[in-house]
Amino acid sequence: MASLAPTFGRGAMTNHWVDIKNSDLVLIMGGNAAEAHPCGFKWVTEAKAHNKARLIVVDPRFTRSAALADFYAPIRAGTDIAFLGGVINYLIATGNVHQEYVNAYTDATFIVRDDFYFRDGLFSGHDAASRSYDRSTWMYELGDDGYVRTDPTLQHPRCVFNMLRHHYSRYTPDLVSQITGTPEEDFLTVCKMLAETAAPDRTMTVMYALGWTQHSKGSQIIRCAAMVQLLLGNIGQSGGGMNALRGHSNIQGLTDLGLLSDLLPGYLTVPKETETDYDAYIDSRAFKPLRPNQMSYWQNYSKFFVSLMKAWFGDAATRENDWCFDWLPKLDRVHDVLQVFEDMHQGNLNGYICQGFNPLAAFPDKRKLGEALANLNYLVIIDPLETETSEFWKDYGDFNPADSKSIATEVFRLPSTCFAEEHGSLVNSGRWLQWHWKGAEPPGQAKGDAEIIAGIFLKLRELYRQEGGAFPEPILNLTWNHLIPDAPSAEELAREFNGKALVELADPADPGKVLRGAGQQLGGFGELRDDGTTACGCWLFCGAWTEEGNLMARRDNSDPSGLGNTPGWAFSWPANRRILYNRASADPDGQPWDPHRRVISWDGDSWRGIDVPDFSRTSAPSQGMGPFIMNPEGVARLFAVDKMAEGPFPEHYEPFESPLPANPMHPEQPASRNNPAARVFPSDLENMGDADAFPYVATTYRLTEHFHYWTKHVEINAILQPEQFVEIGASLAEEKSIAAGDRVRVSSKRGEIIAKAVVTKRLRALTVQGRTVHQIGLPIHWGFKGRAQPGYLTNTLTPFVGDANTNTPEFKAFLVNVEKA
Amino acid sequence: MALQSLDIKARSATTTASPSVRQTTQVAKLIDISKCIGCKACEAACMEWNDLRDVIGVNNGEFDSPRGLSDQSWTVMRFYEEEPNGNFEWLIRKDGCLHCADPGCLAACPAPGAIVQYANGIVDFREENCIGCGYCIAGCPFDIPRISKKDSKAYKCTLCSDRVAVGLEPACIKACPTGALMFGSKEDMVDHADERVADLNDRGFENAGLYDPAGVGGTHVMYVLQHADRPQLYGLPIDPNISPLVSLWKGVTKPIAMLILGLTAFGSFFHYIRVGPNEIDEIDEPEDENEAAS
Repeated sequence: MASLAPTFGRGAMTNHWVDIKNSDLVLIMGGNAAEAHPCGFKWVTEAKAHNKARLIVVDPRFTRSAALADFYAPIRAGTDIAFLGGVINYLIATGNVHQEYVNAYTDATFIVRDDFYFRDGLFSGHDAASRSYDRSTWMYELGDDGYVRTDPTLQHPRCVFNMLRHHYSRYTPDLVSQITGTPEEDFLTVCKMLAETAAPDRTMTVMYALGWTQHSKGSQIIRCAAMVQLLLGNIGQSGGGMNALRGHSNIQGLTDLGLLSDLLPGYLTVPKETETDYDAYIDSRAFKPLRPNQMSYWQNYSKFFVSLMKAWFGDAATRENDWCFDWLPKLDRVHDVLQVFEDMHQGNLNGYICQGFNPLAAFPDKRKLGEALANLNYLVIIDPLETETSEFWKDYGDFNPADSKSIATEVFRLPSTCFAEEHGSLVNSGRWLQWHWKGAEPPGQAKGDAEIIAGIFLKLRELYRQEGGAFPEPILNLTWNHLIPDAPSAEELAREFNGKALVELADPADPGKVLRGAGQQLGGFGELRDDGTTACGCWLFCGAWTEEGNLMARRDNSDPSGLGNTPGWAFSWPANRRILYNRASADPDGQPWDPHRRVISWDGDSWRGIDVPDFSRTSAPSQGMGPFIMNPEGVARLFAVDKMAEGPFPEHYEPFESPLPANPMHPEQPASRNNPAARVFPSDLENMGDADAFPYVATTYRLTEHFHYWTKHVEINAILQPEQFVEIGASLAEEKSIAAGDRVRVSSKRGEIIAKAVVTKRLRALTVQGRTVHQIGLPIHWGFKGRAQPGYLTNTLTPFVGDANTNTPEFKAFLVNVEKA
Repeated sequence: MALQSLDIKARSATTTASPSVRQTTQVAKLIDISKCIGCKACEAACMEWNDLRDVIGVNNGEFDSPRGLSDQSWTVMRFYEEEPNGNFEWLIRKDGCLHCADPGCLAACPAPGAIVQYANGIVDFREENCIGCGYCIAGCPFDIPRISKKDSKAYKCTLCSDRVAVGLEPACIKACPTGALMFGSKEDMVDHADERVADLNDRGFENAGLYDPAGVGGTHVMYVLQHADRPQLYGLPIDPNISPLVSLWKGVTKPIAMLILGLTAFGSFFHYIRVGPNEIDEIDEPEDENEAAS
């Protein structure tokens, strides 16, 4: 999400599951859709069977997806930017760029400031001590009119396209192969297949998931692929796109509703500690267009924000008190999960509410997590299952050695329902809000999450009412208009996030006409206002529950175009658009690049087609409005300006634990060995291993038979994959005299696990800079609770470092040793 | 499509003629290995529908789990790592009964009505008639039937004959997420397989083809194979046929054996009349219970 928004404007899958069937080429890299998204993968088999699509898989392992691929290429874990950078170099060097698309729909022609530079793997403004950048030079050159200077002829040496060409010219096929271990001819085969989709009537979809996000530079890997897709002209097209596969139901909804520490609902952002002035807060987010005639939709930020505050605080939010802006927390820094556990480990956090989350199993360096939890006074677990986290204090022998007597943490376990035991909406990868209905009653005393949270809230509010206390206002004034106050219903919450008119609203186009009566549900976010007359809990979801009713519950699968675009099925944010940036499916004159996959086109006075235009309906092509309406540029960014922590162009850095002594791109510069902007806590840096003691590259992953740490509690799943194992390549196994089924000890600087060995030809030894690199596969699903055979938490081994933008842990590339147990 | 018929076409150890007035469609399951991701959803669906629960076992150094067919596992995925044309391939085959048109199990079975073949082609075991002799295992060229230790009866995939009889597809078909499993008339499945083979040819699999072996009269569970010239890559017999021993049993030996069986029964009858019933050995009995409980 932190890479797609800086590139295209929104942090979400650009297309949707069904649309994958329209692809000519499917690239699965940084994911394993057959394994982790088997139901969605059916659209790949559809594309192959009915659209003659080819499937490429690039992965450290020959996966279940690779089993069905037309071409598979191996890669060393954590070197995807080198691979994709090499693809960019290949496309530009061989002229396989959709140039008309690139010139019109990206910032290729924009001129970059002349004080921006890249040297020895570092961009301008680096501060080694704080591992961060001053990003002020990462910007375009502005003209006197306030707009960016451009060179439509692409002659200017500092135009983005030439800067891009120069940056990636270093990624030669030979060097790519030396870094990634991918044989050069395999790499070139992939390049050639990708290059064919530069044709206007050919599209490629890129499907990825945690195999890209879970790296210390995961966001930049994804951005690099997004840039490849822009060069090929595959964004906005049916069968194209950057398709981020969200695995966990309902992880898309989580980010949409702003459950991350720095987000508010609808990707509004929490003010920083320094932002104490409401107007300045709004101004810095309501981006003014950087080119003439651009929409720059975030100019409406204040409407979304004020409506949110009205939804939360009702009459208490007034223009005079800046809509309760002062009541919002102000961020000193991002409080992501790694930061929270660091604080807990340091003893600076003494209570933790853990809802639908099993961090002891799901986060890195189990030993550190266990020590951190033991520092708490209290731990509240809201979960349908008996999680490992809830019993971190209990001794389970080698699987969880704990000295219960020395741990004072009081643990409360509140049993909750699971998804099938409640109504509600889930947002899928393709941004569809789909309503679902309860399939079974919850067991025992289990309660819905909303009911549990309501219980805690009402008790807190009562205490504040009785005892006062510091800063009671947000708690006392929170809107709580529920029929049953201690059990808000899913329907009530859904109506609230859609939003309503607080007074009678006049139609701006015709003031004599009433648009909405007071109290009516709003029809879409275009109706939101910043004068306090509308309330809306999440502007992106506005339109999901209108006066027509619950649009998320729609189940009309009619598909008039045959392209799988089913506008009557559920509701897709934003505004029921199915393919984002669909203006780019047409050429600058408004006609489809490929008549066989017409999404929208200009018919002389408006944009029409099979999808809701992601554009101003009446803006004629001659007006020059760009298709990326969220970006103030109006176009997509090949140059990410200041939006990414480690630089505007992705650069290859080694994982924090790498088998190589230096970054082959910058062998003389130790500061650019690893991501120079990634945050690492000092005690964790000491806990990084080196290749002498831990010579093998390890990567963790999921299996189809299981879902995270849940299904080991289920008998059938336990039968299908009963016991913990690790995957070892046949050549390493032979070297180490390990036979299939042997017990092996896998160790990292942070701990060790013992598991059965699956010896396989699917993991090939790779040649990296002349040395042999073996990779070890570590599936994650076992633990010391549940029906399956007890096992070790695989995250005993993983390093406590995250991506520089999102702090998603680096689960996919680290170092281990393996020996026979 | 008249899938509803449960008319019986053939019945083990029975010589009376089968009903033949009603004609019904021949059904088939098509397993397209080129679309299979080995997710085991079919295994889970089979367990759910048939109320089967194998033991929670251990890992044996491979993906296969449960490791093989059993009285509780009527279908399992088998994973093969092969390099048929110099390129590595991971071939994943759903194993289970192929429902032969000429079923060796039925031919071999000495228990009247323990194995039946429906007019739609499904070969089904009727456990209430099974005597647990295991001849069906010897008769099967695909090593499918398994004798339960609990009740000493033979079990295998029924092709969800109960579901098919009421117009539903087998449970595994319903669960398959990628369309690797298809179900319909045998004719339609053969037609669909032709399309799939053409697609595989186009992708460079020159020897792609349909596995519908003639040696057993064709099957009602068929495979689309990328390498149909080498079914052994997938653990399938190259040219399966009914064991000569079974043919012998059916031809010459069976009448003689039946005669011996009859004579034995005749002798036992006179033994009973003359001596009285056999007493159960008291020492043996608890052992039997242990066997049944294990």
